[in-house]
Parts: sequence; C-alpha cells; structure tokens
Amino acid sequence: MKRDGPTALERFINGVLPENPVYRQLLGMCPTLAVTNGMKPAMTMAAATAFVLICANIIVSLIRGLLKPHLRILVFTLTIATFVTIADRFLAAYMYEMSKQLGPYVPLIIVNCLIISRCEICASKQSLGVAAADAVGMSLGFAAALASIATVREILGSGSWFGISVLPAAWPGWGIMVLPPGAFLTLVLLLGIAEWMSARRRRAPERQSETESECSLHGHAH
Amino acid sequence: MSDLSRQRGYLRDAWLVILLALVFGGGLAGVQSVLSDKIAENKRQETYSVIPELVSGADATKTVELLIEGRNGKAARVYKVTASDGTHKGWVLPADGQGFADRVEVLIGLDATLSTITGLYVLEQKETPGLGDYITGETFRSRFRGKPTDGSLTVVKSDPQADNEIRALTGATISSESVAAIVNAALANMKGPMQEHGASPSEDSGLAPTAPEGRGD
Repeated sequence: MKRDGPTALERFINGVLPENPVYRQLLGMCPTLAVTNGMKPAMTMAAATAFVLICANIIVSLIRGLLKPHLRILVFTLTIATFVTIADRFLAAYMYEMSKQLGPYVPLIIVNCLIISRCEICASKQSLGVAAADAVGMSLGFAAALASIATVREILGSGSWFGISVLPAAWPGWGIMVLPPGAFLTLVLLLGIAEWMSARRRRAPERQSETESECSLHGHAH
Repeated sequence: MSDLSRQRGYLRDAWLVILLALVFGGGLAGVQSVLSDKIAENKRQETYSVIPELVSGADATKTVELLIEGRNGKAARVYKVTASDGTHKGWVLPADGQGFADRVEVLIGLDATLSTITGLYVLEQKETPGLGDYITGETFRSRFRGKPTDGSLTVVKSDPQADNEIRALTGATISSESVAAIVNAALANMKGPMQEHGASPSEDSGLAPTAPEGRGD
C-alpha cells in the first residue's frame, strides 16, 4: 500500500504535543472543563476516553475499505457509542463511586469531537498501525492536558493531589477553583502560557536570522 | 422496476451500518449480561447506606428486602425498614421512570403507615449537568419530605400553596416533573399492596430473601 499520510511515529508525536487535542486543537472542551476539579475524576475520564478512542480508531481503520462516503459519520458514531456504553457499564460495575461522580459525562464521551475527528482525519484513511499510534498519541495528549488542569485546580482548590494532602493544613482552599469558574480560569491561563511558549519558539529562529542578517548588513557601518 | 433497483441501492449502501449495528448490539447485550449483577449489587449497597437518611431511626442492618406484587401484576422489590429494637419504622420503595435525558432511578422513603413521604434519594440519573442534575441535591429532594401519599403530587413553578405541591427546579421543569411522576406512579402501583402486606406481617418470611447481613440474631 502506498504511503498516504504521516507515519505512525509522526502521528503519535503529533498527538502528544504539537497537535495536542486540548491546547492546540481546542477539542473535548466539555470533559476538560467539567471533570478536572480533581485528579481522580480527570484521570478516569482520560482513561475512558483513551479506551474509546483507541478501540474506535482500530475498528474504523479495519473497515475503512468498506466505508461509503455519505454513511461514514454514521458508522463512526455507531462505533464510538458502542465503546462508550461498554466504558460506562464497566465504570458502573467496578468503580461505582467514580461512575456516580462523573455522572452524564461518561455517556457524553460520544460527542467528544476529539474521537470523531481522529476517525475522520486518520483512521478512515490510514492503516491499522498508524491509526492505533495516532489514538495512543492523542489519548496521551488529552490525558496530559486534563492532568495539567486538574493539578492546578485540585492543589489550589483542595490543597491535595489525587486526594493526598500536599499543602499545609493552613491552606484555605480556594473554593472557586473546584467550582466551574475555576475550570475556565485555569484553562485560559494554561492555554495562554502554551500559546506564549509556542509563539516564542516560533519567533526565536526568525529573530536569530534577523539579527544575523542585520549584523552582516550593518557590520561595516559601525 | 425503478423502485426495486433503488431498494437494492439502499441495501448496497447500508449493509455495513446494519451489520455493525447487529454486531455491536449483540456485543453490548453480552457486556450488559456479564456486568448487570455487579451493577445491581452496587446499587443495593448504596440503597442500604442511605436507608437511615430516608427513614429516621432506621437500622439498615435490620432491613428486610421483600418482593411484593404491585397493581400492575409485577413483583417489585421493597425494603421494610425497622429500628434496632425491631419496631417497624417505615418503607423504602425503589422506583424508576423516564427523565429528561435517560431513565431516573429513585428511592422513596415512607413512614410505617405509608401515609407520608419521609425522604427521597436519586440512585441514578443522567440529566443535564448544571440544570436537571440538581434533582440529586438536598434542596430539591427535601421538597418531597413530609408530603402526603393519598393524592398524586403536582409540580408548580411558584411556592407551593397546597400540601401535594412540589416546587420545580428553575430551568429543569421536565426533570422535576419526571421525578414527581415516578413517585406518583410507584405509589399508585405499590401503596395498596404494601398496606395489605403490612397488615398481615405473617407473610414476611416466605416472600423473598432477606438482607445479607440482616436478622442475624
């Protein structure tokens, strides 16, 4: 088969940072904002999303030769919904407390655009290995993004991380960080930092070449 | 002729969707049959843990689980709640029905004579976050406490005037009405049979297995 797109390694690396689903693509905002008030719910959501994304990418990649263009979204949704239901039932059976805490956000994984976009962009066009690597990379990127937001919110809001106390008991706990406004504030701040860092990295080579050319131009004048 | 060829065209397009739906449906049925017992057990444990909250003075370890045939002819699970000294304190009646988004499962706490609601607990719901899911909150659930069971409950959007009125949640009228409808339907179905059962306590033994850790002595 001809090579028709990025390789498995490129897909994997892209998912983690350069095309991070939350910080670069702004996908999956609903779980990003809703379940990041603590590390435990955030990581459960990341694991459930990873399970669904990896399974959906694998199935879609396997049947990509049979897809009809106008029915492909239907097939993606059907596949995603199936694995979301499995994840939801599994949580209800083995992590009952967490399943109650996450409530409707587990079934809402179905409408997480991250998953359907990976089916569309990668899995429906590329081979099994590339699709699986893409799903794993994106899942790791998504998990890292959720972890970064949840870390800030849980430490500032509850003084703990994964439920373990990390700040002295005197820490008052900024209640707002646990509440929905804290999700928006944290996301905006971290998104701003991520943008600033990538803008600086983009500018750095330019500035370097500018300085060099200036030097060579005006070198003799001074 | 053209009809036939068009139908054949549909099938040629849709066979994959139909096949996947069948395969996935079968798979999900398998998952459900493997996990349903475990999920039901989780819910039962949660039920036992909230019984003292639903019926005051209850001792959850003394609670007896019964199967009583409702008006609709189906046997339903109810919990007969007793205090630690053995006096009959009330009942907990599980009920479920359609909410705004998905099925809502509730536990209704009732006093011993089945005349007043003593508490309400939402066991499972998938209502809209931030609006309908406030049915799980104490503010909404407490609106059912002390309500009589002789008429059906009505949901109102202002402060309740009559005894059988429940104030709806702002922005979640359908979720509020769903919960009230579930309570009404469960009481209409089970109140009579439960009263009959309460009047003849000798039937206690044969009907259903008792709580796992109950009646030890």
